[in-house]
Amino acid sequence: MSAPNKSFDPVEVTTLSPEALAGFVSEAISAISAANSLEELKDVRLAHTGDRSPLSLANREIGALPPAAKAEAGKRMGESRGAVNAALAARTQELEALRDSALLIEEAVDVTTATGVRAQGGRHPITTIQEQIADVFVALGYQLAEGPEIESEWLNFDALNIAPDHPARTMQDTFFIGSEDSGIVLRTHTSPVQIRSMLNRELPIYVICPGRVFRTDELDSTHSPVFHQVEGLVIDKGITMADLKGTLNHFAQSMFGEGIVTRLRPSYFPFTEPSAEVDLQCFVCRGTSVDNPDAPCRTCRSEGWIEWGGCGMVNPKVLVATGIDPEIYSGFAFGMGLERTLMFRHGITDMRDMVEGDVRFTRAFGLGV
Amino acid sequence: MKVPVSWLREFVEIPESLSGREVSELLLNVGFEVEGVDTVGDVRGPLVVGLVKSIEELTDFKKPIRWCQVEVGAAHGNDATPGIRGIVCGARNFAEGDLVVVALPGTTLPGDFTIATRETYGHISDGMICSVRELGIGDEHDGILILPAGSAAPGDNAFPILGLGDEVLDISVTPDRGYALSMRGMAREAAISQRVSFNDPGVVLADLPEAGGTVIPAASDDYQACDLLVLRTLGNYNPAAPTPDFIKARLAAVGVRSISLAVDLTNYVMFELGQPLHAFDADKITGTIRARWAKSGETLETLDGVQRNLTTEDLVIADDARVLSLAGVMGGAYSEISETTTRVVLEAAHFNPVEIARMSRRHKLSSEASRRLERGVDRMLPPVASARFAELLIEHGGATFEGTSGVEQAPDPIVISFDPNLPGQVAGHSYDAVNVETILVSLGCAVDTTNSVWTVRTPSWRPDLAAAIDLVEEVIRIDGYEKVPTTLPTAPAGRGLTELQKLQRRAGLHLAGRGLVEVRNYPFVGTAEFDALGIPADDSRRHAVQLANALSDEQPLMRTTLLPGLAGALARNISRGFTDVALFEISSVSLLSADQSATGVTNPPRPSVLQRPTAADIDALEALLPQQPLHLGALLTGALKPTALGAKPTPATWSDAIDIALALGIELGVEIEVTAGNLAPWHPGRCAALSINGELMGYAGELAPKALENLGLPKRAVALELNLSVLLAAANTVASAPAIWTFPVAKEDIALVVKADVAATDVLDVVCAAAGELLEDIRLFDVYEGAQVPEGHKSLAFALRFRAQDRTLAAEEVAAARQAGVDAAAKSFGATLR
Ligand SMILES: [Zn+2]
Repeated sequence: MSAPNKSFDPVEVTTLSPEALAGFVSEAISAISAANSLEELKDVRLAHTGDRSPLSLANREIGALPPAAKAEAGKRMGESRGAVNAALAARTQELEALRDSALLIEEAVDVTTATGVRAQGGRHPITTIQEQIADVFVALGYQLAEGPEIESEWLNFDALNIAPDHPARTMQDTFFIGSEDSGIVLRTHTSPVQIRSMLNRELPIYVICPGRVFRTDELDSTHSPVFHQVEGLVIDKGITMADLKGTLNHFAQSMFGEGIVTRLRPSYFPFTEPSAEVDLQCFVCRGTSVDNPDAPCRTCRSEGWIEWGGCGMVNPKVLVATGIDPEIYSGFAFGMGLERTLMFRHGITDMRDMVEGDVRFTRAFGLGV
Repeated sequence: MKVPVSWLREFVEIPESLSGREVSELLLNVGFEVEGVDTVGDVRGPLVVGLVKSIEELTDFKKPIRWCQVEVGAAHGNDATPGIRGIVCGARNFAEGDLVVVALPGTTLPGDFTIATRETYGHISDGMICSVRELGIGDEHDGILILPAGSAAPGDNAFPILGLGDEVLDISVTPDRGYALSMRGMAREAAISQRVSFNDPGVVLADLPEAGGTVIPAASDDYQACDLLVLRTLGNYNPAAPTPDFIKARLAAVGVRSISLAVDLTNYVMFELGQPLHAFDADKITGTIRARWAKSGETLETLDGVQRNLTTEDLVIADDARVLSLAGVMGGAYSEISETTTRVVLEAAHFNPVEIARMSRRHKLSSEASRRLERGVDRMLPPVASARFAELLIEHGGATFEGTSGVEQAPDPIVISFDPNLPGQVAGHSYDAVNVETILVSLGCAVDTTNSVWTVRTPSWRPDLAAAIDLVEEVIRIDGYEKVPTTLPTAPAGRGLTELQKLQRRAGLHLAGRGLVEVRNYPFVGTAEFDALGIPADDSRRHAVQLANALSDEQPLMRTTLLPGLAGALARNISRGFTDVALFEISSVSLLSADQSATGVTNPPRPSVLQRPTAADIDALEALLPQQPLHLGALLTGALKPTALGAKPTPATWSDAIDIALALGIELGVEIEVTAGNLAPWHPGRCAALSINGELMGYAGELAPKALENLGLPKRAVALELNLSVLLAAANTVASAPAIWTFPVAKEDIALVVKADVAATDVLDVVCAAAGELLEDIRLFDVYEGAQVPEGHKSLAFALRFRAQDRTLAAEEVAAARQAGVDAAAKSFGATLR
């Protein structure tokens, strides 16, 4: 501490001179910026803002100043300390950021070695395509209808206008329960669900029915004794074949892309009249491969169309068998094989892949198709 | 059916420019799918008719050789000998003056064998005289093919004469269109598809010579079964007469083997017109040829050599002495045409299609004849077709016409009242009345358009046209399905999937999300699989629905449990090198009640289809069927999730199997209760019975070591199977919100020592009940067996959480509630506080 000042001239207190303060500040700032770690900065902070620092010592001299000079010196001191503190704060922030980022680099891992998070599960594509198709029709206001796989012969054949001696029964090689006379079969198609719908539901009827069906074919690359179909049925007033065509086109577009259409070819099913085969426009080449040997298409074998299923207007005899007046109501029905649909949509080449349960097959489809 | 285009051309004018494929596309539009187009023979190049002018026998060689001068037409000779070719030939079955087929140099025969001019046996051979075998159109002999004298001129193109190069369409005919199983029927459709005229060969009787001889009489005992029977008797038949080559070629093209002239002609006329015919050796016939029902005990050896026992449901053709044939299905061996037959009686009949179908099905015998007759054949054809046969047999077999006999009872013609607006109403766009009439007439209908509702008389060859809707289909078909517009009908506002359907999806998604892989196994099982699983003899799962015609004798049953299928799929994956496999399946099983037979009933209900079945009818139909609930099964071996780096693999245990079920319950909002269970194939000490509100609905745990060994599966594999229908039904309820109390919580832990065989959940339930309503939650957090507890005991550690609705609990209240729990456990299980 210096001696009391008699002259009251602030200039005489040299440590408070602007030049002296500016010197202290600049020394402090260069020390701060020279600090290369938070530890060094801590020492710098002590040296330049601590009790024994030049600024603190100078600050003590203010009290010795005459009142007129105190304010001016105080202001100068405040500015000086502010500048030093600001530099300290800025450097602290810089050094903290450096420390933090160094830590993150240090903690880096090989993220490609993550384990235990990959779900190995999967849903069978037959399940998911059933849901996908159901969703297309549910969005149109249809209901999802189901029925038993072991079915009465009456529902599987008789009610569908397939009489006991009708040649159509030999078109389908049927699994019978017990004996050929038991009246019980493994359903050969999902069409008995149509009959159940007509017997049990309120009119009008808009249903979609996917399900497992059975025929006595040996398993090979394109056949299976157990396979799946989806069938749609509409019974309402004034339903026309145009409605059937429009519905099939909507279905095709929902499954295979904008602009894909279907084509009907005359055919025969006992439960529909008129009946038709449904061909799907090839969704891969859209017909450009036809007569174009330079760009053949594997999906449609360069035919432009893919056989997809059968359809028709519900035969009035079927309506009568379920108690619906064919003078008032009409309807359409259509059906497709799901294995076949998956095969051409996903390039599955062997039916057996869908029945053997190899985890590699199902996992490839994840939770959806 | 195979259809040679050249045969069609006899009855319909198909432009020469149309290829077989183009004809196919036109047929496709009217509903006949052509599965393939084949070309007859593999011959290219100049193949012409030749006339053998002279033969010089060359004798200087090891075998006899002929040096022939063959007239091949002015256009085909060579410069030195205009119109003549010198050809060396080794065959000897031809003579000077014969018409033969000559392959000129440049012709390629089957086997990619190209004929060239070459020097051989000291002469320049300038072509080849062909045999049927060399032409690839037959293999019955090696001799030179000799054409009938005067049938062609030297130099004529031999391709059309031999049917070579003819395109053959393979057409699939739907079972409603019996008429189309003939050239006549397909020609009519080809004509309609091309809008050209059709020359019907099936309506005009062939001109037959004056009859002279003894006629075999005809009779029908049941006109419902056989309403028309025509016999044509022919004598002086030469059984050695060869079948003309063009008929052989056509039969070969449609896939029929040549047998003898008479038999070949029955087939030829059947393919031409659609009428099955049967030729008998007339000298074997005694008395009248009659259509009648077989008598019980009668037998017949059919042409396929099978001795058949007949029943009174078999319609037969018989004479006064014996049964001659199964009507319309197959002839008998006794009266068949043989090498010594000189007198032929031809049967042409119209049978009830249903009777033919029944016989064909009963005798498991399908023939070209039965295939047509069960689909319906033109009732007016038998006289026409049999006359056509007689005409051909006279022409090619030297036969003489002895006479005709026959019986018939004509049915009422089919007349349909037809509103010409109906096709438009069904299709959704209008059809011009003139167009509708034109289409119906082209099919052969007689249409009376006087009234607004027309009267349509259908043609005899279309028995499938019986109602207005049948005519509607024909109008829309012939006009073209492509002309029907497209509209989208508006369904009433839907409610989407049902809750059960949504929950079922969630169950599958949940399991797949946990790492299980879905499989869809076949539902077929056998007793060997039940044995392997160790399922006891009296277990209801062995009471399984039995198939009459299983694909495999080993698996004649329908599954009652999903485990056999899952075990098979797991074994397959393991055999393919996978060690960590978790599979699940959601499928129905079939469960018979104790009083339902595995083989169904003998007299099932068959309600009329002419009206809605009654409620009782529907119940009776339903009663035939087993219960078919949805089951969920899972089978796991190895780790369910990938093992972390450096960590030890943690294979799925009995606890994981139970946890999968419980977690699914949580996903679906159902509390599943676990108690100790004991059911094969589970390990009796590691099997949990799963219940909902006390109703047993499944099992989970480790499988028994013996079952795993039998199934060839890894040790310690675990499984669960539950009735998903029950689980989903329980989930389909609206949960009520709990009361959320917010006063401070008090936590207490207790460790209770009980005997080792006491179930932890039982202890938990007792403590929970005794601790009263202040107990908010209780959880088992440790099970200890070892030195710290007596032998045969275990320590169960529970964490208890207490809370009151309206106050902060006092320490004494908590202590009292805790003690109540401990006391109850002591009372019920002899539990002591550790
Ligand atoms: Zn394509």
